[in-house]
Amino acid sequence: MVRFNSTREKTAEAPPKTVTRAQAAPAARRPRITRDRLLLVALGLPGALALVGFHYVPLLGNVIAWKDYQPYLTIGESDWVGWANFSFLWDGNPEFLNALWNTVILTIIQTVLVFPIPLALALILNSLAGERLKRTLQSVLYLPHFLSWVIVVALFQQMLGNAGMLNTFLVQNDLSIVHIIGAPELFKALVTSQVIWKDAGWGTIIFLAAISRIDQEQYEAAAVDGANARQRLWYITLPAMKGLIILLLILRLGSSLSVGFEQILLQQGPVGLQASEVLDTWVYNNGILGGDWGTSAAAGLVKGIVGLLLVIGANKLAHAFGERGVYQK
Amino acid sequence: MTTLENATIGDDTVRPTRDGKRPPWMEKPGPITQTLKFIVLAVAVALVIVPFWSVIATSLADQQTINDAGGGMVMWPGSGLNFDSYVAVLSGGVVTRAVLISIGVTLVGTVLSLAATAGLAYWLSRPGALWSKPVLMLVLGAVLFSPGLIPSYLVVKEFNLLDSLWSLILPVLINAFNVIVMRAFFQELPKELFESAAIDGVGAATVLFRIVLPLSKAVLAVIGLFYAVAYWNAFFNALLYIQSSEKWPMALVLRTYVVNQTTIGADQAAGEILPPQLPLQMAILVIAIVPILLVYPFLQRHFAKGVMIGAVKG
Repeated sequence: MVRFNSTREKTAEAPPKTVTRAQAAPAARRPRITRDRLLLVALGLPGALALVGFHYVPLLGNVIAWKDYQPYLTIGESDWVGWANFSFLWDGNPEFLNALWNTVILTIIQTVLVFPIPLALALILNSLAGERLKRTLQSVLYLPHFLSWVIVVALFQQMLGNAGMLNTFLVQNDLSIVHIIGAPELFKALVTSQVIWKDAGWGTIIFLAAISRIDQEQYEAAAVDGANARQRLWYITLPAMKGLIILLLILRLGSSLSVGFEQILLQQGPVGLQASEVLDTWVYNNGILGGDWGTSAAAGLVKGIVGLLLVIGANKLAHAFGERGVYQK
Repeated sequence: MTTLENATIGDDTVRPTRDGKRPPWMEKPGPITQTLKFIVLAVAVALVIVPFWSVIATSLADQQTINDAGGGMVMWPGSGLNFDSYVAVLSGGVVTRAVLISIGVTLVGTVLSLAATAGLAYWLSRPGALWSKPVLMLVLGAVLFSPGLIPSYLVVKEFNLLDSLWSLILPVLINAFNVIVMRAFFQELPKELFESAAIDGVGAATVLFRIVLPLSKAVLAVIGLFYAVAYWNAFFNALLYIQSSEKWPMALVLRTYVVNQTTIGADQAAGEILPPQLPLQMAILVIAIVPILLVYPFLQRHFAKGVMIGAVKG
C-alpha cells in the first residue's frame, strides 16, 4: 500500500534549487518534447504497456457482468442482459450465501487469532539480548513465507494426514489415528494453522522495524523512574506501535473478502464445498469450471468494489481516531 | 503491505543493540519469563524445521525403512542414503520436464520483469519526465485494486496466450508495488550525479545504465529475487492457463502427484523398477523446495540491510 502524498514525492517533483523560479515554472508545467525525453519514455513503456494490457484492459472486460457471455462468441457479440447476472445478490443463491458465510467466518478467525501472533513473536524476539541468536531465529522463522501454497499444503498433508508423521507416531504407540486432513469440521482450523505456519514469522518483520524506531532513551528514562519491563511494554512499546497496528488492521479489513484462494482451492476436493467454498473459489468454480461467466464476473466485480469501499471506510475511521491510515486527504 | 515511508533502504531491520549486550538499566528477566520465551521460540523453530527434515529423510529412505515405520513418514532414512527416487524422477518424464519448464520460465520471467520494472521506475522517478504523472496514477491504481479473475482470464484468451508458457510471464510481468519501491530507491540517489550528467550532456539511457543501475544493485537483487520466487512458485495462473500436461510447471506436478497423490507410473519417471510412491513424492517436494533454499541466503543478506522492509507484502 502506498502513501499517496508523502513529502518525498513533493520534493522530488519540485524543480532543482539551482534554477530560479521564473525559469523553472514554465518548464515544469509543460516539458518540451525532446529526443532524450522520448527515450526516457521508451525505457519505461514496456512496463507501462504490460500494466495497461493485463490490469486495465481486464477492468474493461468486466462489462461481461452485464452480458450473457458465451466462450464461442466475442464479448461484443454477446447479448446485453441488464442486471440479471447480479441476481445472486438478492435471490438468496445458496452457493453464494454459503461462500460469503465461510469467507466472513474465516476472516474473523484469522484477524482475531492470526493477527496478534506476529506481534507477540516480534516482542519476544526483540527482548532477546544476543544479536546472533536473534538473526538465526529470524532466518528460520521467515523461511516458510517463501514457499508456495502447494508446498505448504503438501507439507501439512505429510505431517497431519492419515499416513502422515503424526498418525504414524500415534499408530506406533498403539493410539487411534486422528482424522485431520479432509475433515470438514476441522477445515477452518486447518486453514488457519497453515496461515500461521506460513506467515507468522514473516509478519514479525514489520513490527520489529517499528520497534527499532522507538527512541531507546525513553526506555532508559522510564527504567530510571522505576518502570518495570511490563510497564515499559505497556506504556512505551505498544503506544508507539498503535498507528502501525491500526494501519495493518485497515489493510486486513480491505482484503477481508479474499481469504486464502490458492490455499483453499488446493484442499477443496476431500473436504467438500459446504465447508470450504469461499467467494474467490466460488467465482472460479462457478465461472471458469461451471461456465456461468456472467454471474462470476458480476460476483468478482461486486467483491472488488466492496473491498475498495471497505478500505476507504476503514481509512475514514482511522482518521476519526486521529490516526494517519493508509493515505491522507 | 506497507507504506512508502517504510521503503527506506539501509535502515536496519533490527538495530543492533550496543554490542548485543543488555543496557545497564535493563533488569535481567526472571527465570519464568526466560523459560517461557525459550519454550515459545523452541516450539516455533521446531515447527518449521521438523517438516523439512522428515520430508528429506523420507525421500532418501528405502522401502524397508518405510515399512518398518508403518508405511508413513520417517525421521531417519535408515541404512544408508538412497537416491533412487531422485534418479527416477529426474531421468526423464513429467517431473524432469516440469523442472526444466519452471527453470526456464523463472529465468526468462525474472529478467524481463526486472528490465520492465527498472525501466518504468526510472521513467517515473525522473523529475519533469513526460507524461509521468498519469502513468504514476495508473501504477498506484494497480496497487489498490485488481481487475478480477474472469476478466483476466478472458484477456489472456483474447491475446491467444492460453496454453502458452508466455501466459505464465506476461500477465505478471509488472508488479506495481515493486515499481513503487524501486522508484523510491531511484529517487533517493544523490541529485548531484544527475546534475553533473546533465551538464555533461549525457542521455537518459546512459544515465540509467552507467549511473542508476550500478548504484541500485541491492534493490535490483531483492526485487529480482522476489520475482524469481514468485515465478518458481506460480500455481494458479498455471492451473488457469496451461491445459496440456507437456507444459506443466513444477507447481502443477506437485499438485497432481503430491497433493492429490495421483500414482506415479512409468510415464512420469524413468527406471527399471520404480522406487516406492512415498519417497518419489517426497523427492518431487524436495526438488520444488531446494531452489528456494538456494536463493534464501541471498535474500537473507538483504533483510539485514533492511531493503526488505519496503517489500513486505500482505
